[in-house]
Amino acid sequence: MWSRNNQRAIIVAALAITALCARAELKPGDPLPASVTGAVGVPATAGQVVLLDFWASWCAPCKASFPAFARLHEEFAGRGLVIVAVGIDDKESAHEAFLKKTKPPFFTMRDAGKAIVAEMRPPAMPTTYLFGRDGRLRTVHTGFHGKQTEAELREQLEALLKEEN
Amino acid sequence: MKKTARTQLLKILAVALLAALASGCSTVRVEPWERGTFTEYAMRADRDPLASAMAEHTFFSREATGGGRAVGGSSCGCN
Repeated sequence: MWSRNNQRAIIVAALAITALCARAELKPGDPLPASVTGAVGVPATAGQVVLLDFWASWCAPCKASFPAFARLHEEFAGRGLVIVAVGIDDKESAHEAFLKKTKPPFFTMRDAGKAIVAEMRPPAMPTTYLFGRDGRLRTVHTGFHGKQTEAELREQLEALLKEEN
Repeated sequence: MKKTARTQLLKILAVALLAALASGCSTVRVEPWERGTFTEYAMRADRDPLASAMAEHTFFSREATGGGRAVGGSSCGCN
């Protein structure tokens, strides 16, 4: 029916489409992406517990999450917590205005080209990832639900910070 | 693998391929991190007071309806 070349072409095309359609969201156990650790100004994350957060100035729950992250930073930074808050605003002015208003005590950066966010594919805004001291993803928090999320993060951070590398 | 079985498998694969192409993977959507545009002032239905008043008048006089134009919630797809 088909020549061998045609058969091969169909198989290759099927594999290519499958690969294109695949959605590679981060799963527990995956490592902290090099695009984050290699970004300019990111604090040293080796052997630390990392809270990676994706936020935007236009996202109301993101605004609500910053005071909670500030509290967690104050509480756990001395024990090995590194917070990396990645802003994904298109407009730099909106990003800067948000930071000027909230004055976060933890590290923030702007993913101007959206390379990091496109690689990690957070399922919602905000999404918070917790990485253990081994650099592996442990939990993913979708959205920010006030005190409930803060309490969950606090509990999980307590456990992660107790772990040996 | 026998020739008939291989032909059968290729037929299935070809149909699946066509279905995937026809559906455009069915996953084309605005991602959560791309929704900032929705929150811009230009995207608001009530950005022009005069146009809003005229639309309201039209709805009221032609369809006997009024209000209900506001939508709650942010556009980040989080809550």
